[in-house]
Amino acid sequence: MVQYAAGKLPARKLVSVWNLPELRRIETFPDEIRIGAGCTYTDLRQNAIIRREFQLLANAAGWTGGIANQNRGTLGGNIANASPAADSLPALLAYEAELVLVSVRGERRVPYVNFHTAYKKTKHAADELIRAVCLRRRFLDYFCYSRKVGARRAQAISKVCVAALGRLKGPIVQDLRVAVGSVAPVPLRLVETELVVKGKAIDQALLSVAGRTATAEISPIDDIRSTMRYRAKVTGNLVAEFLQKLAASAKNE
Amino acid sequence: MTTGRIVGASVPRKEGRDKLTGKAQYVDDMQLPGMLYGATVRSRIPRGKIKKITFGPGIAWDEFTVVSAKDIPGKNCIALIVDDQSCLADGIVNHQEEPILLLAHADRHALPKAVDSIAIEYDPLPAIFTIEESESQSQIIWGTDNTFKTYLVEKGDVDGIWERADHIVEGEYTTGAQEQLYIENNGMIAAFDPQHGVTVWGSLQCPFYIHKALMSLCNLPADKVRVVQMETGGAFGGKEEYPSIIAGHAALLAIKSGCPVKIIYDRMEDMAATTKRHPSRTRHRTAVTKDGKILGGEIEFTIDGGAYTTLSPVVVSRGAIHAGGPYYRPNVRIRARAMATNAPPHGAFRGFGAPQSLFAVERHMNRIAQTVGLTPVEIRQRNFLKPGQTTTTEQAIRENIDLEKLLDRALQLSDYHSMKKRFAGENATGPAKKGIGIAAFLHGAGFTGSGERNLGSVVEVEACADGSVRVLVSSTEFGQGTKTVLCQIVAETLRIGYEDVTIAQADTDDVPNSGPTVASRTVMVVGKLVQSAALGIKQTLTAAGVIRPAYSAQEFRAACRAYVAAHGALRSSARFEAPSDVFWDDEKYRGEAYAAFAWAVYIAAVTVDMTTYSVSVDDFLALQEVGKVLHPVLARGQIAGGVAQAIGYTLYEKVVWQNGRMQNSQMTNYIMPTSVDLPPMRVFFEEMGNIHGAFGAKGIGELPMDGPAPAILNAVEDALQVSFDSIPLLPEDIYEKLASEAVVETEFR
Ligand SMILES: Cc1cc2nc3c(=O)[nH]c(=O)nc-3n(C[C@H](O)[C@H](O)[C@H](O)COP(=O)(O)OP(=O)(O)OC[C@H]3O[C@@H](n4cnc5c(N)ncnc54)[C@H](O)[C@@H]3O)c2cc1C
Repeated sequence: MVQYAAGKLPARKLVSVWNLPELRRIETFPDEIRIGAGCTYTDLRQNAIIRREFQLLANAAGWTGGIANQNRGTLGGNIANASPAADSLPALLAYEAELVLVSVRGERRVPYVNFHTAYKKTKHAADELIRAVCLRRRFLDYFCYSRKVGARRAQAISKVCVAALGRLKGPIVQDLRVAVGSVAPVPLRLVETELVVKGKAIDQALLSVAGRTATAEISPIDDIRSTMRYRAKVTGNLVAEFLQKLAASAKNE
Repeated sequence: MTTGRIVGASVPRKEGRDKLTGKAQYVDDMQLPGMLYGATVRSRIPRGKIKKITFGPGIAWDEFTVVSAKDIPGKNCIALIVDDQSCLADGIVNHQEEPILLLAHADRHALPKAVDSIAIEYDPLPAIFTIEESESQSQIIWGTDNTFKTYLVEKGDVDGIWERADHIVEGEYTTGAQEQLYIENNGMIAAFDPQHGVTVWGSLQCPFYIHKALMSLCNLPADKVRVVQMETGGAFGGKEEYPSIIAGHAALLAIKSGCPVKIIYDRMEDMAATTKRHPSRTRHRTAVTKDGKILGGEIEFTIDGGAYTTLSPVVVSRGAIHAGGPYYRPNVRIRARAMATNAPPHGAFRGFGAPQSLFAVERHMNRIAQTVGLTPVEIRQRNFLKPGQTTTTEQAIRENIDLEKLLDRALQLSDYHSMKKRFAGENATGPAKKGIGIAAFLHGAGFTGSGERNLGSVVEVEACADGSVRVLVSSTEFGQGTKTVLCQIVAETLRIGYEDVTIAQADTDDVPNSGPTVASRTVMVVGKLVQSAALGIKQTLTAAGVIRPAYSAQEFRAACRAYVAAHGALRSSARFEAPSDVFWDDEKYRGEAYAAFAWAVYIAAVTVDMTTYSVSVDDFLALQEVGKVLHPVLARGQIAGGVAQAIGYTLYEKVVWQNGRMQNSQMTNYIMPTSVDLPPMRVFFEEMGNIHGAFGAKGIGELPMDGPAPAILNAVEDALQVSFDSIPLLPEDIYEKLASEAVVETEFR
């Protein structure tokens, strides 16, 4: 719609997929939740399971645009619109989501990771619709951290956004998933950073290494909203903040 | 101050019900039979000669009305101060978005494609975009030296102070452009017929500015030009001078097409093409004794005026006069200049030069305090202006203002000292740094110097046949409460009901010229005139014997009815007369700059998040002496709104320029704070009265724009122990400065 209003969409005849009941369902199975691509941010925010088990997604939905956008904007639209600054996408990366794509040729299920191939480019075919987003229900015992850094506290497009999950065993980081938005042509999972942290205890030295690795892994740019240097530094800071909080979460238990 | 029945009470807004119920008519609500829509073809380069204009294929050009400079019946300029700005570019353009051609068509959706298909070829000329480039004169883009206006204010003997100084403190301070961002975009409708001439209806602040501009542009006598203000959804100075251009464009299209023409800017066009606050640079060099007394110094205040003169001479004048702040300077030299660049002309915006120069002086006071080894509180206490002393223009302070007491009260209300102590403790450990900052300042109400005398504003008050009383002024309502407060003044003066007073629509055919609605002058100057015109009504009714001295509101209504029935319409007018003891020298820029100053102390508490380098304002205290508060709710609204707008100016709103064009002309990327970004605002008033204003009022509209920027940057300095002298101050700027001063390491915490 944004492209349309700015006159940047050559096509003037559009098909609305708004309110197709098949796209608007949230189905729960014992090991999985299947979120229809037509669910709005408000739908996500109000769903009890998402709020409890997929907090990163609920958080992202809560800071997307304003209430009006949340009532009308959909998760499928956020994925297909493929903005590197999209707020929900790091959460989907962290949860290792899978997408259900549908066309006249039938349905296929693809991992969400690597779905975005380049700036604003995705793997779904021109005649394919995103039908649903599937999340495995196995993150309840993870510590979760997400933060959006925008130019203001509401109604802002992210300069950097982070969604991260971590699990400790004693002082050791047993599992870790860190995903970021707005700092590369596509939403990015910080694989290298995860590797250097996994299996180690969190101390000052690890924070530095993790921050530096994260900074090296991303490829932020200068644009109308922020600078490359700022995005790089803040991404590192956020990763460090996440690890500090993860370490503190153990002490609180 | 005694509070009247109506003055001092928060009566309902005159136009509030219509606004709430949607009855209020804005210009885009208005339709005229046979009306066309207009659009503007603008330059896409910052400077150059127009070589060729091609009307592209695929457009039914015969359906369009096309206007170029050669269709202008009168003078191709926007008459204001200096006639250097064309209404439509003729051969040469001097900034991006400069109007070149106008199109009109019955279908408003046919216009964007038509505008886009007009190709303009240029011979580009080198353009300049900064004050420094303009000063260097590497390109002369205006006059002989790129300088629209200079002022020199001199007091005492500045050259003699440096030897006596224990410290000489220097600083340079800069401020950026700011968009007014009224809710309602600019818009106008014009109609023309040979018998009545041109009529325009629009969203505007100053009907008679437009009246003057249209007479010259359309070559019409005064009685063949009519300007009507529609309900106006915000202005902030952004509808002071620019609407003359849009009115001119709509009028030219209406004259050529023979149909009424409506032009409404969308948000992107409005933000990219219309005026913004002047960017500025201020340099201070101050001689101070070891105990912190200012001996005097030099201040150089320079603004970027953009490509044409417009109001820059007046903006730079107000900035220069406020540059010394509320401090006593026995010796001072202020040099002020407005420079030309190839930006779209910068223009009026709430504060009008004062926020820029007051930002500088209030940052500089903190720098002086640091150099001398005093606190920000002490340095101010030691230098505040006192009654009997004179300002930089040698205006004697005649009112009994006690700035030390004002500061004391602000410190107490904000709990300054205990917060400061607490923050110093907490900052040693926490990931967030907190700070608290002060700004003390003043704002002159009304036109500067001989300005009000030259304007010679006139108002009228009319007793109507139905017994009500009507106010006739060209002073406009655009959200600030003009209608309400002027009606309160009349009701109070005549001891009648607030609902017995109405106010005429600002229509130049009906209302006298009470001057522009600018410069915090309406309540003080126009209000005072309205008061005397109202008294004239009472005198006439008394002389005619239709009321007794002690009348009731009901008797007054009956008297009006009786008088009008017997004698016809009764209008009483009042014209501004300058007090005879007021002295102002326009040559030397010396004397009584303003009839009254409002005084204020603002205190901001901030947190700097060291993970994101973003600043949030946690608490804001605004204490001001404003003469007399005529309407508490509106006055608070003015202060809180002004503070919010100034917080945007300080921490959020950055115009991103590229090749002289605003890149972020959208509300997604031009960031104004939302309600969740704003702190609780604690607003307090002192009321000392003012003999020049209605019921003791001074102006308050612009005042709150002046203090927040320095208070916030002083608080950031307190939090980080690092100084910032430039606004807007964004997280990116804080990060770069901290990185360069090695306050943040490359390590991650
Ligand atoms: C004012 C405003 C503020 C915003 N703020 C934010 C923000 O803070 N954070 C953020 O992340 N985003 C933000 N956005 C972007 C917006 O939220 C997302 O782009 C949104 O999710 C789009 O959803 P939609 O259903 O309206 O998609 P549309 O805009 O209708 O479509 C977007 C694209 O996705 C395609 N598409 C839509 N649904 C499907 C589907 N099921 N299968 C395949 N393709 C599909 C469309 O064909 C189109 O190409 C904002 C947008 C606006 C207008």
